[in-house]
Amino acid sequence: MKKLSAAALAATATLAVSAPAMAQSIDEQVNALFASSTGWFVNFIFSPFPGTSFPWIVAWLVVAATIFTLYFGFIQFRAFPHSIALVRGDYSDPDDAGEVSHFQALATALSGTVGLGNIAGVAVAVGIGGPGATFWMILAGLMGMASKFTECTLGVKYRNEYADGTVSGGPMYYMTKGFEERGLPAGKVLAVLFAIFCILGSLGGGNMFQANQAHAQIENVVGDYPGWITGVVFAAIVFVVIVGGLKSIASVTEKVVPFMGVLYVVTALVIILMNADKIGWALGQIIDGAFTGLGVAGGLVGALIQGFKRAAFSNEAGVGSAAIAHSAVRTKEPITEGFVSLLEPFIDTVVICTMTALVIIITGQLVSDPETGIYLLNEGGGTIQTVDGNSGVALTSAAFSSAFGWFQYVLAIAVVLFAFSTMISWSYYGLKAWTFLFGEGKTKELVFKILFCIFVVIGAAASLGPVIDFSDAAIFAMAVVNIIALYALMPIVKKEVNSYLSRLKSGEIKKFN
Amino acid sequence: MSKKIVVGYDGSESSANALAFAVGLAKASGAGLIIAHVLEWSPYTFLTPTEIEERHKRRTEELERAESALLAPVLQKLAGSGLDVSTALRYGHIAETLIKIAEEDGVEHLVIGRTGHSQLSSRIFGSVAGSLAQAAPVPVTIVP
Repeated sequence: MKKLSAAALAATATLAVSAPAMAQSIDEQVNALFASSTGWFVNFIFSPFPGTSFPWIVAWLVVAATIFTLYFGFIQFRAFPHSIALVRGDYSDPDDAGEVSHFQALATALSGTVGLGNIAGVAVAVGIGGPGATFWMILAGLMGMASKFTECTLGVKYRNEYADGTVSGGPMYYMTKGFEERGLPAGKVLAVLFAIFCILGSLGGGNMFQANQAHAQIENVVGDYPGWITGVVFAAIVFVVIVGGLKSIASVTEKVVPFMGVLYVVTALVIILMNADKIGWALGQIIDGAFTGLGVAGGLVGALIQGFKRAAFSNEAGVGSAAIAHSAVRTKEPITEGFVSLLEPFIDTVVICTMTALVIIITGQLVSDPETGIYLLNEGGGTIQTVDGNSGVALTSAAFSSAFGWFQYVLAIAVVLFAFSTMISWSYYGLKAWTFLFGEGKTKELVFKILFCIFVVIGAAASLGPVIDFSDAAIFAMAVVNIIALYALMPIVKKEVNSYLSRLKSGEIKKFN
Repeated sequence: MSKKIVVGYDGSESSANALAFAVGLAKASGAGLIIAHVLEWSPYTFLTPTEIEERHKRRTEELERAESALLAPVLQKLAGSGLDVSTALRYGHIAETLIKIAEEDGVEHLVIGRTGHSQLSSRIFGSVAGSLAQAAPVPVTIVP
């Protein structure tokens, strides 16, 4: 017995001593394996049109958003006041009190979309595409509102309401039921493809990217240490919530995240106002950069690509995930969810992402040649030089810290909470896709949940490059399939809009406030 | 339009006293009695996606539980009393919802217990009884 315990002690001691060295190489191994197994998928999604460097996927998303904007006659601007009224509850039947309200659906969908994309993703976009990327990002956000409008309306219209009172909705359902209704083929095929990409997306952008950048910010504050440790801690907490059903953690997070969001935006506004004299210059940089590139990699097109990519990744317009969250709202009019959901890209991209971009620009994080105003690039040519060589969330942290030194700690807490709430939401979306493919059942759900937790660890351990590439690719793949469905089903949405708006005008739609 | 008395009832001892008092009032004046139970709820809260999916189911369960465990026994007890008794089961902010019920036709009087189930939060955030005393559209009687 004594020999065994002595041996165990020795083994543990050896492990403890060599742990740092081993830990580093675990990270590297994970990273290498991940990069090599996802490279082909990433390359396919981001392949450019022949002879150019313009990825086809960006064109796909932007064209779709433009088509929806035009087809619905700039609905995002026409219906904006009505959307606010709906969220406030002005049109909510008092008899429906106790059901899911429009506000709750909006808040939950937002907590899934507002995540590291708004904080770190924007830093990546501006770090590659320069200030000009901000302009294209805002534009993409405004147009994306029409895509979200379309998909969330369909999500409610074609949801499954079960006998026990639960509700399941989302792209998988409008692809199967909606296509059948219109007599179109291949609805099931699209639904299956979407479900596969949704699972990948939930493991990538909804999981790995969040863990990765959360770890980066924690490192920023406490110093370097191996990523898999953060990964394991996060995975354990996520596990306890989604498998153990410990609702209290998720509930607390859901309540704290909105406050962190408001704090973030208010702090950004304060920093911008503190640099009020530079606002004009910053806006000038954004406009100049948007149309000339100001020396960034790829010039104007580079700025445009980065802006569109980040907007799409951050606000998920056209991706279809929000349709899953919005489908459970109690409403007789599916179009009302469309109206409410179009506020999401606005809040996510036009407000929050823009705040991040403005702070980075106005605090002068990007290095430019003082005479020409052209931005200086790093060796390798892809990214712009930054004051401290930061990228990703570290860049955002540095930008905020230059005004308020303590903010990096607040940001660390905010980042962990945003990451966590996004992971909770996306684990749900991924689970819905999983059960759509494999059927309901405790064991099947457990398999996905465990898989999800494993990817938390991988995400935290891998380095930013492969993770963000895979995350982007998976989410954009969802958008490819979803937008095909939206094109096919948009006449249905048009009928709903016209019917609702005419009834609203005639006073048939009751106002309760 | 018959006269009505609304009594807020949440199963606590104080609300039981309020109910007894209201019954006495109703018997004396021949008014109808509305036993109101409000399930605390706000449309401006934050839910997880799972909670959203299950909300409709939970709501049905909550309503059934309130009906069977809380209101049905009371109705049964008052069945032979000869009073015109009805119930009102609603979701919302407790004080505001009771006020809305009190604004309905014929309601003349609102009876409420001084404390409900949550004594500590009442001291910090203000009690339903206190809010009603300040904002109700009809006379309010607070029963200890």
